[in-house]
Amino acid sequence: MRGPDVIRFARDAASGNPLRTALSLLAMAIGVAAVVVLTALGDGARRYVVAQFSTLGSNLVIVLPGRSATGGFSPANAVTRTPRDLTIDDAAALLRSPHVARVAPLTAGSSEINVGGKLREVIVAGTTASYLQVRNFHMAQGSFLPEGEWTRSTPVAVIGGSVYRELFGSGTAVGEYVRLGGRRVRVIGVLAATGTGMGMNTDELVLVPVALAQQMFDSNTLFRVLVQAQSRNAIESAKRHAAETIKARHGGEEDVTVITQDAVLATFDRLLGALTAGVAGIAAISLAVAGILVMNVMLVAVAQRTGEIGLLKALGARAATIRQAFLVEAALLSLAGAALGYLLGQTGAWLIRALYPAFPAYAPAWAVIAALATSLGTGLLFGWMPAQRAAAMDPVQALMKH
Amino acid sequence: MPLIELSAIERTFLLGDSTVHALARIDLSIAQGEYVAILGPSGSGKSTMLNLLGLLDRPNAGVYRLEGRDVTTLSPDEQAQVRSQRIGFVFQSFHLVPRLTAAENIALPMMLAGIPAAERARRVGKALREFGLENRSDHRPDQLSGGQRQRVAIARATVMQPALLLADEPTGNLDRSTGDDVIALLETLNANGVTLIVVTHDVTVGARAHRQLRMEDGRLIGDERRDRADHRRVTSADLRK
Ligand SMILES: Nc1ncnc2c1ncn2[C@@H]1O[C@H](COP(=O)(O)OP(=O)(O)O)[C@@H](O)[C@H]1O
Ligand SMILES: [Mg+2]
Repeated sequence: MRGPDVIRFARDAASGNPLRTALSLLAMAIGVAAVVVLTALGDGARRYVVAQFSTLGSNLVIVLPGRSATGGFSPANAVTRTPRDLTIDDAAALLRSPHVARVAPLTAGSSEINVGGKLREVIVAGTTASYLQVRNFHMAQGSFLPEGEWTRSTPVAVIGGSVYRELFGSGTAVGEYVRLGGRRVRVIGVLAATGTGMGMNTDELVLVPVALAQQMFDSNTLFRVLVQAQSRNAIESAKRHAAETIKARHGGEEDVTVITQDAVLATFDRLLGALTAGVAGIAAISLAVAGILVMNVMLVAVAQRTGEIGLLKALGARAATIRQAFLVEAALLSLAGAALGYLLGQTGAWLIRALYPAFPAYAPAWAVIAALATSLGTGLLFGWMPAQRAAAMDPVQALMKH
Repeated sequence: MPLIELSAIERTFLLGDSTVHALARIDLSIAQGEYVAILGPSGSGKSTMLNLLGLLDRPNAGVYRLEGRDVTTLSPDEQAQVRSQRIGFVFQSFHLVPRLTAAENIALPMMLAGIPAAERARRVGKALREFGLENRSDHRPDQLSGGQRQRVAIARATVMQPALLLADEPTGNLDRSTGDDVIALLETLNANGVTLIVVTHDVTVGARAHRQLRMEDGRLIGDERRDRADHRRVTSADLRK
């Protein structure tokens, strides 16, 4: 039997029983659609988180006080006790590496800001001018912290978007004086809105020179040092150099943790990737169920068409030809179901994206290919037994069942 | 060389504890171009004989030579090949595929044999014309009369130009006059050279054959040949009874 004839024969046989065909098609379609939609959700979550982390800035190396046990990043061991302070001088020393483009020390605490009787709690971050580029921020009004002032506690502040709106409405802020933790500071700039990043909503932030923040919180230690490597390729060297520099400055003690944004990203990537794969696996179970349904449908078809099988044998069909015809029929059911499910799933993912534009719900290509391959695979796997049963029939017995 | 040569053919079935001898030590020789009727009461082994001749069934013992070749030892695929090329079947219940049109049903053996579509269409067109089915080609079996269905089945059985045409009660589901037409059609095919073996329990139909094989309890109990004149005489004698 020729290839196109086998396919046409199988197609006609399948469409000869529309209800049965439609049911198994639907089962397969639901399975594939489930995989597509669920992986779109899982991978969407992964992309969302990765995108959020990317707003942190590019080629970032982060130095935090405290030695992490494994050297890898984990939220738990990132907050170990600090044996020795991470100081502004430590941060400045990092600038000497040829792999480093910028360094921004960061210290943080909460304080009250007060202007014209309006009072609110804010996070005060002490840093330097390079923080703007390191975090890839933009100014809405005025200018950022003055260049080169690492040790001077000039009483100036840059405020985040929401702080500006709450305190000044839409009036001028630049040049105004506010009270920040009991000190009089002059607002020199307003940050453009950025949204969240690294758990800190920068729109709620007030940025001051690092020396001023240390005075306010009466502390010499830094919360973080953000290091921007020269390039993506320089990240690892910058990381190593930073670790060695601090170690040398801290009397040979490895008491800081140096992480790269890549490592953080990779961790989340892995976590959410595993989640997506797990969800895909669960959805794939419905594909197996659909496969079993296809088998059932094919078994019924073989039983119903016993007389026809006997006839085909009488007309000279070999066992292999009959097996092939039924296998192709099972494969067609699976493939058509998979194609329908693919369309359904992509429509579902599109709907999610339309409803939640911030959420990039795209099914990853591997999941789509795996779902289509699995459906075809299960169709063939579960189609084999019925096809084999048809091929092995005794022609005389089969012809009598008419 | 005879077309068919059976020697000491046995076919037994196990029915519970007892063994049924559907065919018991059959020796038979049929020449190319013969027109043979197999007659006998129900359960005498006629269908079993025909299935065996058509390589749908295997004997428990004995040798079957078809065109001089021992076909009992062939593999199932080789037997399928012989069925495809050398044997055509006509069944009592027509055995048309309900979802296929008359033309597609006729083309089925050629499709299974892998004959290209163009050649199939050519031969189907010819068959439709020869069997008077031109304006029925797109009809499905349920849109055809019994006689038309059996004509489609005969066209299908002969479209591969077999040497042997086997018909098991071909008129069993037809009324008398339609049955006569079908027999006449089969006889025309026989006149054109195909060896025709018809199983029937209808004496009138059987009497038209050139040779009658009578079966009882799986044994061949009669083998009569007549020339055409005899055959006419016997038929009219039967009718007078
Ligand atoms: N598959 C089978 N299993 C058991 N017995 C069978 C089978 N096929 C035929 N027989 C028996 O063999 C005998 C001959 O049957 P069959 O050839 O169909 O007779 P006929 O066609 O002359 O009516 C009968 O007794 C029948 O019951
Ligand atoms: Mg019978």
